Amino acid sequence: MNIEWYVVLSSLLFAVGAMGILLRRSPIVILLCLELMLNAGNLALVAFSKMVGNQQGQVFAIVVMVVAACEVVVGLGLIVAIFRRKLPLDVDLLRELKG
Amino acid sequence: MFFLAALGALGGAVGVVALRNPFYGVLALIVHLFSLAVLFLLLTAAFVAAAQVVVYAGAVMVLYVFVVAYVGGSEEPTFDPIPGQRFLAPLMGAALFIELSIAVLGSSLLAFETHGHDVGPGFGNPAGIGKLLLESFLLPFEASSILLLLAAVGAIVLAGRRDTPGIGMGAEVGSSKHSSEAPAERFEDPSTSPSPAGGAPS
Repeated sequence: MNIEWYVVLSSLLFAVGAMGILLRRSPIVILLCLELMLNAGNLALVAFSKMVGNQQGQVFAIVVMVVAACEVVVGLGLIVAIFRRKLPLDVDLLRELKG
Repeated sequence: MFFLAALGALGGAVGVVALRNPFYGVLALIVHLFSLAVLFLLLTAAFVAAAQVVVYAGAVMVLYVFVVAYVGGSEEPTFDPIPGQRFLAPLMGAALFIELSIAVLGSSLLAFETHGHDVGPGFGNPAGIGKLLLESFLLPFEASSILLLLAAVGAIVLAGRRDTPGIGMGAEVGSSKHSSEAPAERFEDPSTSPSPAGGAPS
């Protein structure tokens, strides 16, 4: 399969993830959509790594995976903290920081 | 095989966005991740595919399932707080996809039309990735390990249980100091007072 198919699929997945972030209001689902976008980036990295014939893109993909894991851990910690304080789990209602 | 995996990945992604219950969203994301692992295998990235299955679909998704079960899968309200959000968001997504496709396919890289570089059988195996990680990319490797450590500490600080709400971190530090100073007293404490949270001597 040509490389362009993978890259187009990756951009499609990225667009779906961005649409989900714009559309949904639950912070858990927004984190899931962030995962979608990061994975789309991973797919593009691995596809370009195959295109160039160099393994360094795969190393980048693994580093992206590490960063995604960190983001998930901190985000879920935040969600648990929000839930413990009996605040609503809705990003449109959590607007105390809004100027 | 590519179209099967691409269909699975796309279906999982759409499911994450469209399903109203967060628990089903997590399950759809697991389908998406497994399909992406198949795509990585097709791109001869065996180690990345294995890490995807083990780390993502294994560990991270278990974390998600636990948090969704703890928080409770709350249904979202159906009204729009921002008028027109339900129509503008897919429009923005479609515009982003078109823009990305123009940017990628319009770059006229000749290698796009090929199957990629002809690589040997050892391409993407753990030995090659590990050699690159420990030789050329040693500094990013160490930086990512420090990042993981910081994230773990930050998650504990954020989500850790505080016995006395309102006082916060000071109470934890104080109680741990007390317990380290007087371990015998702390040891006797549960027998004298039935409260399970009695770490600090009253």
